[in-house]
Amino acid sequence: MATAFGNEETVRGAGRGDAVARWIGRNPLPALVIAVAVIFALWLILAPWPAGFEDVFGKKRLFINALFNGVTLGGLYFLVATGFTLIFGLMRNVNLAHGSLYLFGGYMGYEATQWTDSWLLSYVVAFLCCAAVGAAMQFFIFRRMEGEDLRQTLVTLGLSIVFSDLMVWVWGGNAIQIDTPDYLLGPTPTPIVVAIKSSGEAVFLQYPRVRLVIFIAAVLIGIGMWLALHRTRIGVMIRAGVDDRDMLSVLGYRVQLLFILVFAFGAGLAGMAGIVGGTFQSISLGEDQHFLLASLQVVIVGGMGSIPGAALGAIIIGCAEQFGQTYFQNYATVLTFVIMVIVLAIRPQGLLGRR
Amino acid sequence: MALAETTDTSPIGALGAPRSSSALSGWLSQHAATLILGVLLLILPAVAGSFILVQVFGWAMILGIIALSLMFLGGYGGMVSLAQMTVAGVSGYMITVFGASSLPAISLFWPWWVAAPIAIAIAVAFGALTGALSARTEGIYTIMITLAIAAAFFYLTLQNWPIFNGFAGFTTIPAPIAFGINWKHPVPLYYLILFFAALSYLAVLYISRAPFGLALQGVRDNPRRMEAIGYNVTAHRIAAWAFAALIAAIGGILMVWLNNQISPGSAGIEATIDLLVIAVVGGLGHPIGAFIGAIIYVILRTFALDALVQVGLDGRRFQTLIGLTFLVIVLFSPDGVIGLWRRWSARALSPRRRDG
Repeated sequence: MATAFGNEETVRGAGRGDAVARWIGRNPLPALVIAVAVIFALWLILAPWPAGFEDVFGKKRLFINALFNGVTLGGLYFLVATGFTLIFGLMRNVNLAHGSLYLFGGYMGYEATQWTDSWLLSYVVAFLCCAAVGAAMQFFIFRRMEGEDLRQTLVTLGLSIVFSDLMVWVWGGNAIQIDTPDYLLGPTPTPIVVAIKSSGEAVFLQYPRVRLVIFIAAVLIGIGMWLALHRTRIGVMIRAGVDDRDMLSVLGYRVQLLFILVFAFGAGLAGMAGIVGGTFQSISLGEDQHFLLASLQVVIVGGMGSIPGAALGAIIIGCAEQFGQTYFQNYATVLTFVIMVIVLAIRPQGLLGRR
Repeated sequence: MALAETTDTSPIGALGAPRSSSALSGWLSQHAATLILGVLLLILPAVAGSFILVQVFGWAMILGIIALSLMFLGGYGGMVSLAQMTVAGVSGYMITVFGASSLPAISLFWPWWVAAPIAIAIAVAFGALTGALSARTEGIYTIMITLAIAAAFFYLTLQNWPIFNGFAGFTTIPAPIAFGINWKHPVPLYYLILFFAALSYLAVLYISRAPFGLALQGVRDNPRRMEAIGYNVTAHRIAAWAFAALIAAIGGILMVWLNNQISPGSAGIEATIDLLVIAVVGGLGHPIGAFIGAIIYVILRTFALDALVQVGLDGRRFQTLIGLTFLVIVLFSPDGVIGLWRRWSARALSPRRRDG
């Protein structure tokens, strides 16, 4: 029933390495397969490809670009999906208005950049606005229907219909692009060889700096969240609430306050992701549904209620989307769909989820 | 339900009447509302114009059929599926692919009596697969999984040109001509839709009282106990999904014939969500709820724009109106309009009962 925010068999850092060693000891063959796959993937990325290889996979530049786009898109999906999974894990509330919060954050961030000219400040604005909306939703509506998860879900659905229509009213149907700040513009050279010129000179991959920076930020947020969940008092409360929220409230903790905080935090993250999305691609009508779908897929694949699961799922779904678009355009969504089907068939609770 | 309560006492007092006729009159008075509604719908073409006939009642009944499949799964099976519109979309697309459309490059132009069964079979297989995927998880996960599947199908139809013809979809789907009747003319089309609406309604009503339906409701209420008694819970759920998919698939084909086109938006995320709105607003407690919700939705959809403008509001805020209606229903009457009606009639009846 309970869902995990990590591999709970070990909480302390020292035990974690042992657990990995034990797992390898118990499953030598899968461990070997994983190790070979990792080494092969690293070779695929770092080394220049032999001649016959490009016939199968196409140009290496294409492959590497799809990979980088996939991983950085995964970072964006992670930002959206962690809030979703956190809210679901703690409150059992499938927040179908999460995509609307993402879009709202994007629009608020856009307004903030227009007014203040500061890209970084817009994150604060988007976070606060979305957090306020999220807290209000939890405080005024969901608090009154605790435990009725179907009804809560239906309410979030109704809210998402209203929100998206109101946002069309205010911002119209045109796509809006948030400008990348000057200091993040342009490409960054990476030590990855994509091709070798006829002169024998290696060509290195150039990749947009802003995407790399945002991906690193997403990783840092993920690590920060993991630390907050495992090292702070409020994190302990959240994990306890995920496992048994009745027990937590019986022990005298203020569960309602915790719910509001988590809802606000999850919504705020979605809002910040809106700016990232507006910088990467654009924000427009319909993006709310796109990112709701992405969150659903990430959470279904990664495991419901699990933050490491959200990270894993986000990378998988992001890469699947980008590789799909690069290699078989007509059936790109089929790839993510197939991944979802396989995961559901083998592990219905998701890769890192717990029953 | 409430109607049956009021009427079921009266025929017993009819002494002296022959038994068969008392049983008949009892049956008649029990189903008076259904019969009156049925007769009204049958004679509707005599009074209504083709717009009201097809675009309002025909469209509402098609949405009702598809919402009925959602109601069946949600109400009797406890599995709220957002994939029912997608199932309808699959069968709708398949009948244009196997049947006829304006795109000879894709359509195979098989006759409708070959294409329709194939389309329905594929849609049922799709529905059963969706069911098999979500039946292994419980409760609220079903919504997530089915919404993800519905959205995946939407984006697939949007991106895929070889089979689904991308965002353009299919247009000018020729009428099926059978028994010398062109079924695309308003009146034949109306009767065709009415026939299938009545058929699926009665089928759901029948199954809900048949052993399978009762077992399904048992699975909904307590899967572990049903498992312990010896029922195969997963098999019952998947069978329910297949049956629901059959209903939705029929609705999907009718939808294509009525709209004369199908495109990604026909089974898109908005359509998917609207279908859930229809089923929930009508009420998941009784099959008629699906049709009540559908007629409310279609009337809002058709006339709200003018009504909003008349009271000085922006007509384009139609979606907000739908969303707010939905929110009000979910917040104040979770069992939908049917629940409102039941509570209202129970309150209206109770003083009279005490007097009598």
